Amino acid sequence: MTPTLHVDPLVPETMPVISAPPVDQPATAPGAWGTGQDLPEERIYRHRLPVRIGHWLNVLCLFILIMSGLQIFNAHPALYWGDRSDRDRPLLSIRAVKSDGGQVNGITTILGYPFDTTGVLGYSNNSARAFPDWATVPSAKWLAMGRQWHLFFAWLFVINGLLFATYAFISRHFTKDLLPTGRDLKHIPQAVKDHLRLRHPMGNEAKRYNVLQKLAYIGVLFGLAPLIVLTGLTMSPTIDTALPWLLTIFGGRQAARTIHFIACFSFIGFIVIHVAQVMLTGFLNNIRSMVTGYFVVRHEGVKR
Amino acid sequence: MKHEQAMERRGFLKATVGAASLVALAGCDKLTQSSWFPSVLHKAEGLTELAQRAVTPANAMAKEYGEGDISDVFPANGNTDPGTEEYAEMVKNDFADWQVLIDGLVTTPTMFSLGAIKEMPARTQITRHDCVEGWSAIGKWTGVPLGDLLRNVEPLPTAKYAVFYCADIDDEGLSYYESLAVVDCFHPQTILAYELNDKALDISHGAPLRLRFERQLGYKQAKYVKRIELVESLADIGGGKGGYWEDQGYEWYAGI
Repeated sequence: MTPTLHVDPLVPETMPVISAPPVDQPATAPGAWGTGQDLPEERIYRHRLPVRIGHWLNVLCLFILIMSGLQIFNAHPALYWGDRSDRDRPLLSIRAVKSDGGQVNGITTILGYPFDTTGVLGYSNNSARAFPDWATVPSAKWLAMGRQWHLFFAWLFVINGLLFATYAFISRHFTKDLLPTGRDLKHIPQAVKDHLRLRHPMGNEAKRYNVLQKLAYIGVLFGLAPLIVLTGLTMSPTIDTALPWLLTIFGGRQAARTIHFIACFSFIGFIVIHVAQVMLTGFLNNIRSMVTGYFVVRHEGVKR
Repeated sequence: MKHEQAMERRGFLKATVGAASLVALAGCDKLTQSSWFPSVLHKAEGLTELAQRAVTPANAMAKEYGEGDISDVFPANGNTDPGTEEYAEMVKNDFADWQVLIDGLVTTPTMFSLGAIKEMPARTQITRHDCVEGWSAIGKWTGVPLGDLLRNVEPLPTAKYAVFYCADIDDEGLSYYESLAVVDCFHPQTILAYELNDKALDISHGAPLRLRFERQLGYKQAKYVKRIELVESLADIGGGKGGYWEDQGYEWYAGI
């Protein structure tokens, strides 16, 4: 196989551009950054409609589920392991604490170690609340409405996820596009190095997901998403009577709540990296491909 | 310089994303305050009840724990003392005169004295209490199965809900009440409890009688129960939503 040259879109000076286009040269293709190269770029149909719909519904659901979830968390801002909440032994707690001088501080305690998080966690905007108002839905302290938002969009998230999974297996999107091949797996060390240096695949290699992308998407879609749904269901006293094994596999209702919280922050971590990658690899091109399906692959500077 | 452009673009994107999420947040608050949107969200409750009842066998039991699992401290939430003169009299008298009326859509409306209830066959269960706020506590409850009481009064086929009227009144003078589907009253673990952890219920936990319905959240577990009325509809009671907390926006079906 031909090795692919990687370029860093953030630092264009280092791009191994073979023939840099004069600034005033007109674009050769619609919506292009036209260059003088032979077939400098190619428009491919990258995301099919069900994937696009599923993606944007997930954006909506996750935005609301995360923020309404933080609202619910604020009603009892502490996490435990096992089945019960022993309030003197939380794994994590986020509280407003009044000092001797009368000053209120936000104190986040993780495994017994306290951190002053005033202004963000525990105490913000002159109010004692674990997560600040800009991070919760609704913004005011309102558990009943937070639950209404959360449980409505939880249903949408689950239905969307089940439809997507069905589609992915029937259309073979899963095996063709998402499942890493043996070659992919061997390529992991190189892919990690490239990612750390912010070098992203170009040319034909950009037409498919790279191995880290595949692992991230599979991990989120078929690992993290089911995990957050199942731990959510484990918090339901009714479901615990129907499916008592949920309590066993997650180590109790409070443990399930803790895992649910960690899974939530794993989603936030994924979203941050995902959005950063979208920005680093051509924001508008990526957004367009997830809206219209069409993605422009640049061949300039890529050895073929 | 191209690098600067990239930096500028990043700044622009950051500002855009920040502004977009602020607009989205304000939008969420607007929807929350609107007259129509909460009722859309509320539709999820019907779906949840339908799905949970479909996957849960009628007599599926809540997990029962061992003595060693019992919480050192069982927090008391909501009202921790009815605070009325009438109730204070009952406390003075050690609840000797406490009675529970079961009426409404039943064949034989009956007044049960606390003594008579304590003489009926009891059930003891060590179960987990799941508060809507997120915490859980494990306690050992002893009481009479509600199904046994209801079989005595013979509910009519039209009875759909059991409404629990409580002795506590909130700061604004609203009486606390709750309701369950009649079918859930006959679950073996649904009891009117008079003991917590082998001691008579104390005031903060609902003395002398409180409901335990182990398959739903804590706010369904009505304390200070003094009357149970069987009805066909909840519309004309309190705020019409089936309970004190339900009238304030919490789900009537509190299975999750």
